[in-house]
Amino acid sequence: MAIKIVVRRPLTFAERTYLPQIIAGLKVTWDNMMRPPVTLQYPDERPAIPKNYRGVPTLVADTNGREKCVSCQLCEFVCPPKAIRITPGEISETSDNAHVEKAPKEFEINMLRCIYCGLCQEVCPEEAIFLQSQYSLTGLTRESMVNNKAKLYELGGTLPDNHHKWDKKKEEAEKQAGGQH
Amino acid sequence: MEKILTDLVLSPLWYFAVARGLLVIVVLMSISAYTVLLERKASAWIQGRIGPNRTNHPLIAWIPFVGTFLAKGGFIQPAADGLKFLFKEDALPGHVRKVYYVLAPIIALAPAIVTLVMLPFGQLPSGQIITLCPGADVGVLFMFAISSLGVYGIALAGWSANSKFPFLGAVRGAAQLISYELAMGLSVLTVFLATASPDENNALSLVSMVNAQNGAWNILFHPVAALVFLICIFAETNRHPFDMPESETDLVGGFHTEYGAFKFGIFFVAEYSHMIIGSSLFILMFLGGWHILPWMPTVGSGIFATLLGLGAFFFKLCFFLFFFVWVRWTIPRFRYDQVMRIGWRVLLPVAVLNLLAYFIWYAIRG
Repeated sequence: MAIKIVVRRPLTFAERTYLPQIIAGLKVTWDNMMRPPVTLQYPDERPAIPKNYRGVPTLVADTNGREKCVSCQLCEFVCPPKAIRITPGEISETSDNAHVEKAPKEFEINMLRCIYCGLCQEVCPEEAIFLQSQYSLTGLTRESMVNNKAKLYELGGTLPDNHHKWDKKKEEAEKQAGGQH
Repeated sequence: MEKILTDLVLSPLWYFAVARGLLVIVVLMSISAYTVLLERKASAWIQGRIGPNRTNHPLIAWIPFVGTFLAKGGFIQPAADGLKFLFKEDALPGHVRKVYYVLAPIIALAPAIVTLVMLPFGQLPSGQIITLCPGADVGVLFMFAISSLGVYGIALAGWSANSKFPFLGAVRGAAQLISYELAMGLSVLTVFLATASPDENNALSLVSMVNAQNGAWNILFHPVAALVFLICIFAETNRHPFDMPESETDLVGGFHTEYGAFKFGIFFVAEYSHMIIGSSLFILMFLGGWHILPWMPTVGSGIFATLLGLGAFFFKLCFFLFFFVWVRWTIPRFRYDQVMRIGWRVLLPVAVLNLLAYFIWYAIRG
């Protein structure tokens, strides 16, 4: 047991007058004053948003411009505050994306309800919904705080991956079909 | 009767006196307002912030360079603050003692303005002193007598607000004033003992005090008295670390908890006016008044010297106002018992011993 005895020496006269301490304190505040301010003048200056920031949830398209969401509605079910509402829709036979299962007819995220938990991004099997860097969201009416599908894709942009799950599936199906013949 | 009326209405001297008085009050008010700005800006700098830098007016904002400069420096902020206080609803709470509640801010501000009468600022080329009441030789006595009355405003505010926190603040303020007035008087006595000769006519005049500092400033020969006086100014003006009557953390807002709008604004101006008066007294008694440097009483001649002297006084005043803010963000507030202990068990004995030491010194020297 190493016991270290701290010697409590009595205060010297200078210390008891309290004045050297005050002068040292004045120097500390003076040095602080000479430093540049740390204030970020918010509306004029914006903070640097980290890469993995979880801001407003958005929908993304793939590199071919196809909407990645297949309206499986997993996010709608997992969403704790029930902010997401999806109206599933069919893809027309004539479309380029006819090989994809489904697409949402309408996709609404009510940002007055959203709690930015990121569960929708976590649960999405298609990597179609992402919480991205937008952090400042304002609106004058309740309606304007509901992001519809067009708005979500506008905010989301394109996800630069070359995975193309559905295209590969189509190719494989065609190959198999070709192989049988 | 007719003669009195004619004298009152037509005498130019009367108008001249009123104009001078108003001018000094306007200057005091604007310095107070800009001290508030200094307080906000300097606190911001010390805390790594920027401080008020947005307030502007379209009439000023369009001027290319000056407009942005004024906004960045926050120079229009005091006007906005004042207007806000002026246009806010002047609420009169139901539970207060109404007459005294309204009277209190007036009583707090009035002594600060009255003491200005005796304050000399500078010297004209003709040797005349720039002051509102030339020739009065009671100077410092009058100022101490009147400026201490400011605490009546605090006491009255605390009592009339009819609520416990203001009352506690008022009691603390009164106790603190009494405790520090003694040490303050004794420290001043030391200085007057040194500079005024007994057969002199205006022994207590601040002007002769400044003239006596033609060579060395008093702070060089009376450092202890200067220190005691400085600490007492902080206590008398209720500034940090002695802001017992206000102490917003333990007494909500202290004596002005129940006040709002313009009445609160008057308390605010009164506090800053007291700061200005206190620092002016320190400058006049210890820092050579309008002398520019020790052993260098005048630079230049004529009106130039006068302006330079006024500038020196103003510069010292600005430094002191900044010093008040600087100390505020350096030293945390003392506890009430610590304030009393410093006042009675440290400052008073030190002031008495200092006075005794000077007595003995003069007795030996003859």
